Amino acid sequence: MDKIQLGEFINSIAGALEIKEGNQYLEVTVPPSLLYKLARQLREKEESQFDFLFCITGVDYGADLGVIYHLRSTIYDHSVVLKTRTSDRENPILDSVADIWHAADFHEREVYDLLGIKFKNHPDLRRLFLDNSWGFPLRKDYVDDVNIVTK
Amino acid sequence: MEEKEKIATPDELQEYFINMGPQHPSTHGVLRLLVSLKGEMVQSVQPHVGYIHSGIEKMCESITYPQIIHLTDRMDYLSAHINNEAVCLNVEKALEVDIPDRIKVIRTIMSELTRIQSHQLWWASFGMDLGGLTCFFYGLRDREKVLDIFEETCGGRMIVSYSCPGGLMYDIHPNFQKRVKDFIKYFRKILPEYDQLLSGNVIFHERSKGIGKLTKEDAISFGITGPSGRASGFSCDVRKHEPYSAYDRVHFNEVLLTEGDTFSRYIARIEEMRESMNIIEQLIDNIPEGPFTVKMKPVIKLPEGEYYQRVETARGELGVFVISDGNKNPYRVKFRSPNFCNLSVLDHISRGFKIADLVAIGGSLDLIIPDIDR
Amino acid sequence: MLLDIVINKSVTALSVPWWKVVYDFSALTEWIDKSLHNAMSPFWTTIMELLIIGVLILLFYALVGLFLVYAERKVCAFMQNRLGPNRVGPFGIFQTIADLFKLLFKELVPIKNADGFLFNLAPFIVIIASFMAIAAIPFAKGLQAVDLNIGVLYVIAVSAMGVIGVLLAGWSSNNKYSLIGAMRSGAQIVSYELSVGLALITIVILAGSMQLSVIVEAQRDGWFIFKGHIPAFLAFIIFLISSTAETNRGPFDLAEAESELTAGYHTEYSGIKFAFFFLAEYINMFIVASIAATVFLGGWMPFHVGHWEGFNHIMDFIPPFIWYIGKTFFVIFIMMWFKWTFPRLRIDQLLTLEWKYLLPINLVNVLIMAFIVLMGWHF
Repeated sequence: MDKIQLGEFINSIAGALEIKEGNQYLEVTVPPSLLYKLARQLREKEESQFDFLFCITGVDYGADLGVIYHLRSTIYDHSVVLKTRTSDRENPILDSVADIWHAADFHEREVYDLLGIKFKNHPDLRRLFLDNSWGFPLRKDYVDDVNIVTK
Repeated sequence: MEEKEKIATPDELQEYFINMGPQHPSTHGVLRLLVSLKGEMVQSVQPHVGYIHSGIEKMCESITYPQIIHLTDRMDYLSAHINNEAVCLNVEKALEVDIPDRIKVIRTIMSELTRIQSHQLWWASFGMDLGGLTCFFYGLRDREKVLDIFEETCGGRMIVSYSCPGGLMYDIHPNFQKRVKDFIKYFRKILPEYDQLLSGNVIFHERSKGIGKLTKEDAISFGITGPSGRASGFSCDVRKHEPYSAYDRVHFNEVLLTEGDTFSRYIARIEEMRESMNIIEQLIDNIPEGPFTVKMKPVIKLPEGEYYQRVETARGELGVFVISDGNKNPYRVKFRSPNFCNLSVLDHISRGFKIADLVAIGGSLDLIIPDIDR
Repeated sequence: MLLDIVINKSVTALSVPWWKVVYDFSALTEWIDKSLHNAMSPFWTTIMELLIIGVLILLFYALVGLFLVYAERKVCAFMQNRLGPNRVGPFGIFQTIADLFKLLFKELVPIKNADGFLFNLAPFIVIIASFMAIAAIPFAKGLQAVDLNIGVLYVIAVSAMGVIGVLLAGWSSNNKYSLIGAMRSGAQIVSYELSVGLALITIVILAGSMQLSVIVEAQRDGWFIFKGHIPAFLAFIIFLISSTAETNRGPFDLAEAESELTAGYHTEYSGIKFAFFFLAEYINMFIVASIAATVFLGGWMPFHVGHWEGFNHIMDFIPPFIWYIGKTFFVIFIMMWFKWTFPRLRIDQLLTLEWKYLLPINLVNVLIMAFIVLMGWHF
């Protein structure tokens, strides 16, 4: 499917979502509540079959925290980007997609480690790189007077 | 009844843990694997990473795009040039710069040379993981020849930093073409030696066939790319699916195997070295004339937006995801590193095998730890 | 004095060429024995002889150990397109001596929670086991500390004792890697001991004796590897494989498997204690190689071909000790060749190889050999 068909298809299964035709991939903004449902349908529906989750990126947008999922179908060779945001900076919780794609297991742990976004139903949500006493370094308000030199 | 539950059965008592790493000869760096064992049988493997987490993604947020190049060298240090290229391609794509053919061709040759030397080192260390210590010296002997070519052209041997946004740092050395051709001629002759020493060995077959089987479905689901994924039949070669640089003008085969065991991961890499040589041979005589760099603005600012560039490193698909807010620094850079995903499958495929097999599987996945930690 | 004997002997027995007399060490040893008896009481004679032999073997032990380490480095370098040690002394021959001093001066790291007594005992058991085996080996005619009438059995029994040291080392180190290495080593040596024994029994059947000097003497007209048709050759191959496994070397170095168990049973050892294990490994290799040379390749017997008198005379001219050392190092070279060429086996494959292949082949081989000897088909 090309981008337009894909956009129509996503709208047909998840209702009206904000869909942007990015410079490279189709970018779909999903509210956190719909994320898991849409992800599962995109994975399982015969027409889309997004079986390859190749990247999960956590982003600190300042006010919000967001997670970006890059999906591809190895069968149809089409890609889509799912974006979701949560405005809760204290205790951000999103649904885990680790039971849909195994790859999400490590990626979500990384996002949790570096941005502090928790994932509900994740099989093993521990910090990956840093130990528990660290803050969340990829957040924009992270301060570390010792290790970060600002000019 | 309750008391009975508390007592561990003899079966449970047999289970014990060993820490493989952070200092261990066959984890190839500071990777720590918490291995649960029963006798010699692996029950589960928990990777503990982060010993050389250097925060490259955070550092990228405060430096300019040309500076990022030099950090990417340090991620997957064996695919240094390909990492550089990924960032350059992403910046050039965002700025919509037209890159002359000369640059594209040189980049492709350098990428393939990088791939060959990476696989050579992998072969050397994989042989050593399996106890064939001689492999190490044979592999490194030949790798030296590639590094010499790098040194002559780029100045660096391993950390090349050769690409920069808009082209290359310097033009190729006048000897470059001759030396590369000499190397290809030499390596075509020497590669069968690798087969004689390891690929054809009965003990090696026994040690690697049927060990650590990874199905295609699992490979896709875990996101195992590169030779490890292609050994399971997962067609994931970015050079074929989304050709970048000069890959659209060369003919080569994507090495696809079906078994998905340690042996096929081995064969996939050996064959890939042959394919890389084919690619270089097609390009080395046809390097077009032209400038080696395009004039770029002194301060590179990417237009606001999100840019994702995939390249095929020696270990799999590297994704560089840049979110720009229009400044000279990126707002957020994410490196989707192939080793990070490849590591996640280790537990899944090594359960039920022995410690010796765990070492073989780990070796066949070809993990580079700085790329996992970033 | 020696010259005196030589002259006397050659005068009395003119038919024997003089070198045959010089190469026969029994005259020398008998003379030493006689002069000691003349000088002191029988008790002190025995003590003195023990001392002399002890010092000689100790010296020999150290020299062989040092030389083998050097040889291994050079052979390994040769296999790997390298030069090997070449800085300390001419061709680097003092490299191992320098290493020995390094090991001597290194700190002996005490291990917390290790069983101190067993931890310190283990290297000695390993080294004593290899030390004892040397006593029964005939280096040349008359150059043998004890010529036991069950020499073959004695050597097998004593060299297998080393596994106790390995097991103790692994267990007392309080390290899981060491323990795994030790258990592997135990399983491995117990299994491969069978093959070593049976391969030697094949030849014992052919020779009709377990006494090593008799076995060597029986090969005067041809080495057993040639005399015993295919079964003897098969036994030699099996002996090579299983003795490599027994010494924890080559593709069978599972007990110390560097890439899996860091260093296996001697992970926690340092300094001279580690050097003991290291040395014992090389001496064990020397012992099994010299057993192979003695039992299959004629020991110190020169290479003789049927009725080629001239050729045989030239061969006789080479001293038996040189023959013995040459054969031993030929076997050692083959074992080093194994080690630096093959990847390591896995423990289950190792045991499969022994119990499913080597042992049945061996048993059949013994049967065939017995049949050949019964029918008198051997040369």
